Amino acid sequence: MNMQQAIKMTAAETALVDAYTAQIGDLPGDGAVLSLRDTLVHELKTAGLPTRRVESWHYTDLRTLLRAVPSADPSAFADRVEPIVAGATVLSVRNGEADLKSLPEGLTARSYTESLLDGSAVAGLAVLGSDDAIGRINGGLVRGGLEIAVAEGVELEAPLEIQVAQSHGQAHTRFPVSFGPGSKATVLERHLSTNGDASFVSSVTDLTLAEGADVIWIILQQQGASDTHLGQIRFDLGKDAKLHVFVINAGGKLVRQELHGRASGEGSDLTLRGINLLGGESHTDVTFTLSHDVPHTTSSEIIRNVIFDRAKGVFQGKILVAQDAQKTDAKMSCNTLLLSDDADFSAKPELEIFADDVQCGHGATVIDIDHTQLFYLLSRGIPENKARAMLVNAFVAEIVEELEDDEALVEALEGVISAWLEKHA
Amino acid sequence: MLEIKNLHARIAEDGTEIIRGLDLTVKAGEVAAIMGPNGSGKSTLSYILSGREDYEVTEGDILYNGESILELDASERAAKGIFLAFQYPVEIPGVATRQFLKVAMNEQRKYRGEDELTTPEFMRRVKEAAAELKIAPEMLRRPLNVGFSGGEKKRAEILQMALLQPKLCVLDETDSGLDIDALKIVADGVNALRSPDRAVVVITHYQRLLDYIVPDTVHVLYKGQVVKSGDKTLAHELEAKGYADIIEAAA
Repeated sequence: MNMQQAIKMTAAETALVDAYTAQIGDLPGDGAVLSLRDTLVHELKTAGLPTRRVESWHYTDLRTLLRAVPSADPSAFADRVEPIVAGATVLSVRNGEADLKSLPEGLTARSYTESLLDGSAVAGLAVLGSDDAIGRINGGLVRGGLEIAVAEGVELEAPLEIQVAQSHGQAHTRFPVSFGPGSKATVLERHLSTNGDASFVSSVTDLTLAEGADVIWIILQQQGASDTHLGQIRFDLGKDAKLHVFVINAGGKLVRQELHGRASGEGSDLTLRGINLLGGESHTDVTFTLSHDVPHTTSSEIIRNVIFDRAKGVFQGKILVAQDAQKTDAKMSCNTLLLSDDADFSAKPELEIFADDVQCGHGATVIDIDHTQLFYLLSRGIPENKARAMLVNAFVAEIVEELEDDEALVEALEGVISAWLEKHA
Repeated sequence: MLEIKNLHARIAEDGTEIIRGLDLTVKAGEVAAIMGPNGSGKSTLSYILSGREDYEVTEGDILYNGESILELDASERAAKGIFLAFQYPVEIPGVATRQFLKVAMNEQRKYRGEDELTTPEFMRRVKEAAAELKIAPEMLRRPLNVGFSGGEKKRAEILQMALLQPKLCVLDETDSGLDIDALKIVADGVNALRSPDRAVVVITHYQRLLDYIVPDTVHVLYKGQVVKSGDKTLAHELEAKGYADIIEAAA
């Protein structure tokens, strides 16, 4: 008698495996890439999507939450949209197809499809661990994306907007990006939907910062109200490298944005800022892990959540400090403004410290509108609904303003936030 | 302009009665000083006038220009011209001072059916009023009251008052935490607003402020009632003898 029971695949699992089967022979890759794809899909088929029993997916039971996955539609077409910062350099990937054009000096890009075909992509396609469902789905099905490099010493004057637009169906994209020594850049990774159909999107970004690179990386997720967005960003910080990652979730029905990084060079610094604007019946999860591998590295994480309606939010933040990573300085906080009794937020900060001379801290708060602040605004003649909107906006604007060096960028992001709040408040 | 009749009010949360049958009349053009020992209900009175929801009026009425304001919320009262200068101005991170001023001015104009100010007109008014109060333009770019010194906060309150041009100004302990130079700047700002169609209620613990903002009338508040009224000489009397005699006489 065979005691091993095959798990019954859910509709979503079946759809993902079917999408792979339907595209066999068409998915780009050399022998090594194709064989890795096959392994990843086989793992997906046997292990299934993660459930709450997998620790890192405890608050986002993907197997239950992901009810359906639309089939891939090669005829899907997303319109081009204006960049959110006027004058930005735009690289767009629409429905998985990269659109390359002339770029400023020191910035190069090629279609990720080429990296799949010549096999150079294979190392990056490996999953981060057995619970890396996003890496697995994406690795199995990825078709396009961009491989981008900023050369040594180059400072990009205009921000770069990587526009990943999707109309319907599925899109699986990858963005390996390397920043040369001493380079400096501001990049917006912008995911958006150009119509309301339920899309399924997975996207993995892989950043490598060489010595002294100084990068602001903004992930602006503006998917449609019924879309599933599975995002992941991996990063590696070289000596004295500085990375400011800013995640803004302002869309999607089921969203998981993972951030996994290593401070592997002495003197490196990571700043993570996150704004989650959640409404409707959406479920949004930001999961972050950072490993301080060497001495004298710093990090600071602030997540601000504004939740309306019956929305659910999750933040998991885990900071690991290796045994010889002395003098690490890490501070993490997660603050939530809960604006409905039916809304829900789970925060799970974790510190795993193996060194003894470090400064690490974390905190999580859930608050309502401050009544003294509200009264102050009312007492100046500002009507209550407007005063409340100002305070909600202020709660998140505070961390956008940290990007004060680029006024146009701050204004553009504040515009995205106030537009979202006006629609939902 | 302001008529308070037999006012009784309590803290909404625990029902503690703070104002117990208060009567007070302030005419247009008048500067009235409200004095009294700690805990007499001075600050509570200022909050009730401006419509803070933490307090409940249980009896009596407040008439402003002949009409009861008890049913109006704080923002409506403000738009009708009642202004409270806070003892402790509230810090609001994430809201730039200039932006706040613009929203407040325009929302009040909207309420009164007036056109919104154009940006250049707004900028001109702010620049002028700020210069009068020796407020650096840099301060207006900062988040509202965040990181302001005690003196800067009080000057920012007077700046708001100057820009909003209220008809009834209530100053709650505006002198607290001010050195003499800052006190003079603030008093000059208030005096500049004195006019026949405007009333000012100065709530203070000490006579000091009244040397610079000279009142027409002085009222002593004790246990939620006005126990004595007089002219400015009453303030000097209090300064010399303290509250004990008056309180005894009232008891």
